[in-house]
Amino acid sequence: MPIVIWQLIFFVFPLIFLVVLSFWLVKNYRMVPGFDTINWVKMFSKGYFWDAYWRTLGYAGVATIVTSILAFPCAFALAFKVSPKVRRWALFFLIVPFFTSYLVRTYSWQIFLNDNGIFNTLFALVGLGPFQLLNNFFGTLVGYLTLCLPLVVVLQLISLANVDRTLIEAAHNLGCGRLRTVFQVIVPLAKIGIILGAVFTFILTFGDFVSPYYLGGSKPPTLSILIIDTTKSGQQWPRAAVVAIVMIVTLLTIMFASVAAAYRKRS
Amino acid sequence: MSQGASKSLLLRGYVVLVFIFVFTPIVTSFIFSVNSDRFPTIPLGHFTTHWYETIFADPDVWDAFRVSGIVSITVATLATFIGFCTAYTDYRYNFTGKALYLSLALLPPTIPLVIMGLAMLALLARINMSGEIYSIVVSHVVLCSPFAMAVIRMRLAQINPDLESAAWNLGASNWRAMQEVIVPFCRPAIASAFCLTAAVSFDEFAVAWFVSGLNKTVPVMILEILQGNTDPQINAIGSIVFITSMTLVILAQLILMRKTINQTATGI
Repeated sequence: MPIVIWQLIFFVFPLIFLVVLSFWLVKNYRMVPGFDTINWVKMFSKGYFWDAYWRTLGYAGVATIVTSILAFPCAFALAFKVSPKVRRWALFFLIVPFFTSYLVRTYSWQIFLNDNGIFNTLFALVGLGPFQLLNNFFGTLVGYLTLCLPLVVVLQLISLANVDRTLIEAAHNLGCGRLRTVFQVIVPLAKIGIILGAVFTFILTFGDFVSPYYLGGSKPPTLSILIIDTTKSGQQWPRAAVVAIVMIVTLLTIMFASVAAAYRKRS
Repeated sequence: MSQGASKSLLLRGYVVLVFIFVFTPIVTSFIFSVNSDRFPTIPLGHFTTHWYETIFADPDVWDAFRVSGIVSITVATLATFIGFCTAYTDYRYNFTGKALYLSLALLPPTIPLVIMGLAMLALLARINMSGEIYSIVVSHVVLCSPFAMAVIRMRLAQINPDLESAAWNLGASNWRAMQEVIVPFCRPAIASAFCLTAAVSFDEFAVAWFVSGLNKTVPVMILEILQGNTDPQINAIGSIVFITSMTLVILAQLILMRKTINQTATGI
């Protein structure tokens, strides 16, 4: 059982320590062990904390919906409209980006999106713009899509590829239209993959700091940026711990709710 | 049917668009790594290897690659071993608390990296273990072993359970059966788990950034350059990182595929 020991020491223990830490005090830039709820009270009474909380939740929510919607037609086409050989290659090429540096890809988007970037240069050629594409939510969203879109397509594709074809034919034979078949037969059958993709997007975007920082302009901050600022600039680790715990609780709640929804018996 | 055909064409076009979106930043990074302009934009300047020469002349870059290399190889070894043990335990035994055991084994990737980073830093700093190369290693093993476990578990699902029992009946000890039946059967999965975890560790920046201290890995270095100004060096470093990770991933894939083909040929 080496994994139990390892994970206990280096995974569960740090997280428990985080909870303990959130009750410690900082005096003269040094952390003092103790039990004081002041960090919790201070953080919860701060307007900027709640702003960041709802902002992060909103960003992740929008990113989840947008990514799922953009991914679906692609996964659908790859599952039903191409040969198995093409599908295998597509799958391979969707996994490739997972192993490329997310940071470098983010940097590449900066080249495209900044005020004198490639997109604005191209827009200028046809007499448009310049548009602000960087340092706002649009930039952040592009980063989120870069991070999540391939993964979501893969998850949806796997689910769609396992849908029983005879059920689709049955629907057609019973006079069900194409779009109606997609939404009333295929989507419910591929529910698990679709929800799983959405959950992964939510987890990844809720915790990501790279896109909101380097493409979204870092201000106003999301929760992860708040954690980094609180940790790196000051010695306020206990307050960063409070933010971290709130994030974990939020994520776990949403994860369990969605997984329950995914595996709920089909009525 | 022509309406159906045009719809199908539209869908295909959409798939191509998605792939363009996914690969644009990767290809761009390669292009600008050999472009002469200080500030990357179009039209392109001329071809140059200047940025590569700059980074290869920089001892800090060499140092970062050394740290990254040590970390990813150590992490891959440990994570693959732990992943194998977890996968085997899950495959062989039923016990109370197995659900908890499995969630413990698979949960780490769902915790945001920033939080893992903070938690690891807080704990490791407390026990005076932060800022060293092994701080990065222990954190990365936590993050990577679930991947190794998943790959090896999938392979174990294909094994004929009678094989191991047969070995036992023929008088092999548990240990010997493991050595001569299970491990050889899982060898391709073990090799590919090794490559995958090495690649994941080689790319990870958030946790490493928190705990690494002065021992910067390559992605941490990229992160710090990124915080400064635009610098085409990022593209050059990024391209090298990309090639390294891709080599590992393709290697992992090839090992898995070749073995499968051999086995269909010999009928195992």
